[in-house]
Amino acid sequence: MPKVRGKRMMDLLTVNNLNFYYGSNKSLDGVTLPIRRNCVTSLIGPSGCGKTTLLRCFNRMHDLYPGNRYEGEIVMDGRNILDKGEDLITLRSSLGMVFQKPTPFPMSVFENIAYGLRLRKVRNTALLKEKVEKSLRQAALWEEVKDRLKESALGLSGGQQQRLVIARTLAVDPEAVLFDESTSALDPVSTQKIEDLMVELKKEVTIVAVTHNMQQAARISDYTALMYIGKLVEYDRTEIIFTKPKHKMTEEYVLGRFG
Amino acid sequence: MSADHRKNLLFKALTCLAAVSVLGIVVGILAVILMESFPALKHFGIGAFLGGRDWNYTREIYGALRPLTGTVVSTGIALLAAVPLSLGTAVFLTEICPHRLRGAFGAAIELLAAIPSIIYGMWGLFVLAPFLDEWVQPAVGSALGGVPLIGSFFVTKSAGGVNLFSASLVLAVMIIPFITSIARDAFEQVPDVLKESSYALGATRWETVRKVVSAQSASAVGGGVIIAMGRALGETMAVAYVIGNRHASLDSLFSPYTTITSVIANEFNEAGGIQLSSLFTLALVLFIANFLALGVGRRLVKGKEK
Ligand SMILES: Nc1ncnc2c1ncn2[C@@H]1O[C@H](COP(=O)(O)OP(=O)(O)O)[C@@H](O)[C@H]1O
Ligand SMILES: [Mg+2]
Repeated sequence: MPKVRGKRMMDLLTVNNLNFYYGSNKSLDGVTLPIRRNCVTSLIGPSGCGKTTLLRCFNRMHDLYPGNRYEGEIVMDGRNILDKGEDLITLRSSLGMVFQKPTPFPMSVFENIAYGLRLRKVRNTALLKEKVEKSLRQAALWEEVKDRLKESALGLSGGQQQRLVIARTLAVDPEAVLFDESTSALDPVSTQKIEDLMVELKKEVTIVAVTHNMQQAARISDYTALMYIGKLVEYDRTEIIFTKPKHKMTEEYVLGRFG
Repeated sequence: MSADHRKNLLFKALTCLAAVSVLGIVVGILAVILMESFPALKHFGIGAFLGGRDWNYTREIYGALRPLTGTVVSTGIALLAAVPLSLGTAVFLTEICPHRLRGAFGAAIELLAAIPSIIYGMWGLFVLAPFLDEWVQPAVGSALGGVPLIGSFFVTKSAGGVNLFSASLVLAVMIIPFITSIARDAFEQVPDVLKESSYALGATRWETVRKVVSAQSASAVGGGVIIAMGRALGETMAVAYVIGNRHASLDSLFSPYTTITSVIANEFNEAGGIQLSSLFTLALVLFIANFLALGVGRRLVKGKEK
């Protein structure tokens, strides 16, 4: 590829030879791939292959638990975010995360969205309101909740809660949003809404989506990475992964022959 | 087959009998308390009894106001002292303490909860009261004694450390393990993924505990505090040792005073007639308060299960 230098500039993250250990259990083995800016990158592979583990390296979620260890590098803006000195608070707010099940906080819709802003000491009510509305609009939830901002977020439906979590993540202006099977607990209509949302959102943020659902990866992503037992099998443009992959294993996986 | 069936029926009957007899005991106790308190209630009237200041053996006038005040104030001070300490300990145990030390700390707390209350009473009388008398009361007295209106409330008027404040602190120490263990369980119930959602927005550990863990566990912790309040209201031996049992107006935090349980424990043996009935009426008040506290508290701790 002649345009390597140009492409590098387009990467939000560059994963280089990443190993990850849960204690003595090596769960990622030499993973190397780029995460392109303003694209949707899907991580696929059979259960237990390390998709979640890789995703949680990006925002250093593993640091919350003792005994976890990284080797290799993940480069962002020219620095290795796995370095000891990395400011995890800034890192985590610039790489938002949405989990499998919706995780609304037990507080009002408004306070859920304002959560991250309040952490940043935003106290101006007008500004908070403006940000909350903007984020809810971005997450295609505003029309449904604009009259119930003061109500508990726990009263929303599952699909609404998941969009609430997305809005909450967007409220702090992240560079990327990391989705970990975020539609697998939702009904088809809610799933559709969130898929549409991801495609819409990539204009403003980078998206990495772990998914179990092959059709979903094919529908929404620009790039797809297939993993197997902690290793990256193949990474390429999504249409190549799904139509003419280089590896036999990729072909079998996307055709549903294993996993 | 039919022998098995008969055994099964017998087993059912026995367990049923056991359950009914427990219920019978509760109802029986309540019935006795109600019956025995009836004469005093009739003699003084509910309002006059609950609001009565006197506890006068010669004039045979008995009122609940002072024991009630003593119980409420000592429980209030105990909660004020115990709740922050317990919550702090529970946060430490669930969020900060290294995993391999958690078991040991947790066991130590369970052990504290298992100490018989009379031992807390002895500790209060022989260790805490003299200590407060010598070191704390003079300091508080000189610091706050000059404040207008409320100053005299912090002045020591009778030496020895046997007083309302000591009793409150003994109560606090007794309920700390209890609140800590309920709060720890409630904090542990908060799903990791909810805490991770907070961290993922750039929250620190402290922010996550203060805003998310606390909100998620608030009702369970509140229930634990209410149950602990019930315990403090009803605690007898530890309080009876250090409260001093004095029927007089409450002139200082550091004066001997009285509570519902301490007056019952002290006078029940020798009382008769309307005095005995008055003690039963105090017991009735305590019974109701405890019943409510336990009912509300347990409901909150369990949460609304689906
Ligand atoms: N907290 C953990 N401690 C130890 N091993 C783990 C932990 N989480 C995941 N693993 C292991 O790491 C491997 C990858 O898991 P994961 O990243 O969750 O897979 P995926 O998301 O692709 O299903 C699995 O073998 C799993 O058993
Ligand atoms: Mg996973």
